[in-house]
Amino acid sequence: MARRAISFRLNGTEREVEIEDQVLLLDMVRGLGFVGAKLSCDMQVCGACTMLLDGRPVSACTTLALEADGRAVETVEGLADGPALHPLQRAFIDHFAFQCGYCTPGMIIAAKALLDERPHPSAEDVRRWMEGNICRCTGYQTIVDAVLAAAGQGTDTR
Amino acid sequence: MRVRFGEDAAVYAGGTELLLAMKLGVARWPHLIDVKPIASLRGITVSDGVLRIGATVTHWDLERDATVARVLPGLAAVERNVANIRVRAAGTLAGNLAFAEPHADPPSFLSALGARIVVHGPRGARTVPIEEFIVGMYATSLAGDEIVGAIEIPVPKAGTRTSYVKFQILERPSVGVAIACELRDGRFAAAPAVVVGAADEVPRRVETAELAGASARDARTADALAEAARAAVEPADDLAGSAEYKRHLVGVFARRALGALLAEAA
Repeated sequence: MARRAISFRLNGTEREVEIEDQVLLLDMVRGLGFVGAKLSCDMQVCGACTMLLDGRPVSACTTLALEADGRAVETVEGLADGPALHPLQRAFIDHFAFQCGYCTPGMIIAAKALLDERPHPSAEDVRRWMEGNICRCTGYQTIVDAVLAAAGQGTDTR
Repeated sequence: MRVRFGEDAAVYAGGTELLLAMKLGVARWPHLIDVKPIASLRGITVSDGVLRIGATVTHWDLERDATVARVLPGLAAVERNVANIRVRAAGTLAGNLAFAEPHADPPSFLSALGARIVVHGPRGARTVPIEEFIVGMYATSLAGDEIVGAIEIPVPKAGTRTSYVKFQILERPSVGVAIACELRDGRFAAAPAVVVGAADEVPRRVETAELAGASARDARTADALAEAARAAVEPADDLAGSAEYKRHLVGVFARRALGALLAEAA
């Protein structure tokens, strides 16, 4: 297996890493100590491994680490500014939008991509965007409420 | 490189199908050829009445593209409902077709619109109707030394309406029905192009000759369309349901596709 040096920006910090060709983005990033994104379904269905690659959400479980070369990778760890949580993180807490928390980093980073593209989504926009992120605890309504709240849309959207 | 590596290499772009297959161990290739850096495989353009979608254009791009929204909004609507945001962000339309997964949304819709695949190889370029490109489950007519260059879709004439509806409980559609046709005074100007996807090994065109000139809102038209759609497929039992159930769904969704077409027609 070939080894290659790649460089990319991880949550705003330049990184240079030497990896084997077949390494997956999720394994590389978790190997660097950023363990927010989780392995779960391992087949692009559940969203627990969601990261942003140049602002677009990808399933890091099924993305080659080589794809990060020359690009920007964002994970949930990049959202808080020191002790100050990102509005999405704050809203997820305020709205009890998680229980076990396993899907939460993927949920929050997917929602960030939505708000970056569409700062004022409708409840329907949020549901459609987030339908590929699966949660087995909350029943989703609190997640939709949290994303809308983070977008400054209030909470009563049903 | 396709010539040099032959069967030892696979063409790679989004990886949403290919990497999945490799991780599952159902496919192995010593080499992947990343075609994303090839500039001529990019872009969405219209010229001479043909929408050309480069092979590395993603579902995500198609959802948002201003040209697609203008000349073929029905395609943007189909793309908006493919898989999930992550698959759409990475996966390409060309890859979707080249993988020939039967449970897919775009092939039936593209087939109804008369789409063609531009294939490049050592003998030059050739253009293949989508029905001759997708030849079976996970099987295309693409040779080992060829790659997809682009997808070409004739821009429908003004007045053409399209619809695509699907039934989906898993990650992929169980049944999808696409219609493209022109309505004149509430009647089909010609036989509507109706294609059933996902239910069978390949998209199946529905025999609709007798519907030319039929009133689109007539209950008998919907009955005839549903019957013809059911007759067009030979479903197999799988995780998405039994063959009998899927044939039933095809009839139901043929009616709904017609309903969606008429709703759009308002």
